Amino acid sequence: MKALIEKLTNVFSPSGFEDAIRDVIRKEIKGFADEIRVDALGNLIAHKNPSAGAKGAKRVMVAAHMDEIGLMVTHVDENGFVRFSNVGGVFGRYAPSGRVRFTNGAAGVINNELLSNFRETPPLDKMFIDVGATSQKDCPVKLGDVAAFERPFLDLGKRVVAKSLDDRLGVAVLIETMRRLKSRSERVEGAAPNEVYFVFTAQEEVGTRGAGPAAYGIDPDVAIAVDVTPTGDTPMGRKMEVALGGGPAIKIKDQGMLADPRVVSWMAKTAERSKIPYQREVLIMGSTDARAIQVTRAGIAAGGISIPARYVHSPSEMVDMDDVENSVRLLAALLNSKVSL
Amino acid sequence: MPAIANPPLKLLEKLCRAVSVSGDENEVRKIVLNEIKDYADETKVDALGNLLVTRCGTERSRSAAAKRLRVMLAAHMDEVGFMLVADDGDGLFEFATIGGIDPRNLVGKQVVVGREHMPGVIGAKPIHLMGGDERQHAISVDSLRIDLGLGGKAKIGDRGTFAPNFRRAGPSLMSKSIDNRIGVATLIELVKSAPSNIDLLAAFTAQEEVGLRGAKVAAHYFHPDLAIAVDATPANDFPMQTEGENTFYNTKLGLGPAIYVANSSTIDDPRLVRFLQETAEKEKIPYQIRQPGGGGTDAGAIQRAVSGVPVVSVSVPHRYTHTAMSLSRMDDWKNTLVLLHTALKGMTPEILKR
Repeated sequence: MKALIEKLTNVFSPSGFEDAIRDVIRKEIKGFADEIRVDALGNLIAHKNPSAGAKGAKRVMVAAHMDEIGLMVTHVDENGFVRFSNVGGVFGRYAPSGRVRFTNGAAGVINNELLSNFRETPPLDKMFIDVGATSQKDCPVKLGDVAAFERPFLDLGKRVVAKSLDDRLGVAVLIETMRRLKSRSERVEGAAPNEVYFVFTAQEEVGTRGAGPAAYGIDPDVAIAVDVTPTGDTPMGRKMEVALGGGPAIKIKDQGMLADPRVVSWMAKTAERSKIPYQREVLIMGSTDARAIQVTRAGIAAGGISIPARYVHSPSEMVDMDDVENSVRLLAALLNSKVSL
Repeated sequence: MPAIANPPLKLLEKLCRAVSVSGDENEVRKIVLNEIKDYADETKVDALGNLLVTRCGTERSRSAAAKRLRVMLAAHMDEVGFMLVADDGDGLFEFATIGGIDPRNLVGKQVVVGREHMPGVIGAKPIHLMGGDERQHAISVDSLRIDLGLGGKAKIGDRGTFAPNFRRAGPSLMSKSIDNRIGVATLIELVKSAPSNIDLLAAFTAQEEVGLRGAKVAAHYFHPDLAIAVDATPANDFPMQTEGENTFYNTKLGLGPAIYVANSSTIDDPRLVRFLQETAEKEKIPYQIRQPGGGGTDAGAIQRAVSGVPVVSVSVPHRYTHTAMSLSRMDDWKNTLVLLHTALKGMTPEILKR
């Protein structure tokens, strides 16, 4: 599992430019789905048990976004310095001295204009990327090119650190769950009675733009977004009940949605029955693909499994491997259970 | 160069002089309908006031029909303006702005109100009577009034906008509503000269300026294979705009149509961006990449309609957006028209290959 997470977080694929990560995921899930397709916005959709049709079987959509936050070139100046804007929620305080990698392979380091007060965090438009160029001519990037933050994967044993665990970790959980679910041809008693769509969504970080159209095309009965959620367990940190290592968090509310209470109770009961530790998530800031899915078509019952993560949207996000394993177990148990809302 | 190189100035002038504030796009819609009716296979005015025009490709064979891309082009008919909210008597009306207007651009402007274009002025205290401190501050919309001079019967809820105008100055055009009558005029020309390899789905949209509202339902109606929003975008290209090199110009006049890569509402589909760039380079049509940043076009709403639509935006650059008079270059318009026409002609399902 660690190897898969490392592989996924090593890919540079900011929102709207998901080609690279989609290719990697497609290879990983080959043979574990009955049908794989890519929709108009670039969402990767893997369909399992397409002809389920069993009595009481539901059409379940599980979404994890494959894009990551990044930067886009707005101007290359006469001395080859690169100005940029954000793609998704980039925090200025994490940017200066950070290294970035462009999707065309070029690399650079972020720094900023001299500020009158050196203690303040400069706004992004006072920063630039130095790619080692000396003029517009020899600059390896141009207006509109995109980059993501570069930071090597770090294995701390029980915990791991990487960039873009938001939400390559969700992607890893979906891939691992797909591998553990039996396909229809080899279905045994008690195996997945539901028709499942695993969706690796595009453009979540810029406003959950991929998930809604994906849900429109699939028209599921129930949907689960698998994403990371911040924790409240660091020194003098935010006030939040979720802690690293406490198990997957079942989403009740975030800034963008109220989870369907029936989905919340289905998740909690399934976790209890399967003896999987879990936490309850009430998130003040942020949201997930579930918010876009919930209001698609005439409405879709939606909820979320949130994997606790520290330092979200920094280039060094941290997660606990027990939480990862328990998230896979919970998702597999849900998909193998009868969905009664 | 394709035959379409001459933009129809008379038509643009007529469109620019029309008044169509968001939510009441009737005047522009009438002009468009009249222009395109002989070219359309189907026209429809939907519940929100969008004018939806279908012109099918003429390649008749069954296999060709199966391969014809359904291409939606969107240009918004509405413009920013005002709505009367209270009658203060003596011909004076309180008003609210519709769409993004900087109140500092209001004082001293001629306006028209209502479907009859009643003339009015947004007045302010003259400089003679101002204290020193007053001169330092912008006047808020709350304390401004539209003065109709007791001439006309305005009602609360009537819309208004800057007084109709249109001028040519050398290679340039000036008008209150280049945003987006220049896109509307472009789209009319493209309907008239639609190539036979695609089904052209032209959406003359309503209520863009108040949040891309018309385009959303228009896209639902057409459910196209891909879409291009045709609009006008600010050029902030004065050399002295910032200290040293101007790095925040958005676009520059004279460099050609602005192809978008990203703004607040959309990340433009990289396949379509590449296709437009390649088309321009092959045909030697000037173009520029608009700086990624804020702003939105109809593409934002279209992209997320139904099960998703690949989108890109192309705009004519113009200075002084959303004021009583903005300014653009004739050549930029011409090249926008040529780029879009050439691109449409070259479109095959191949361009959407991943």
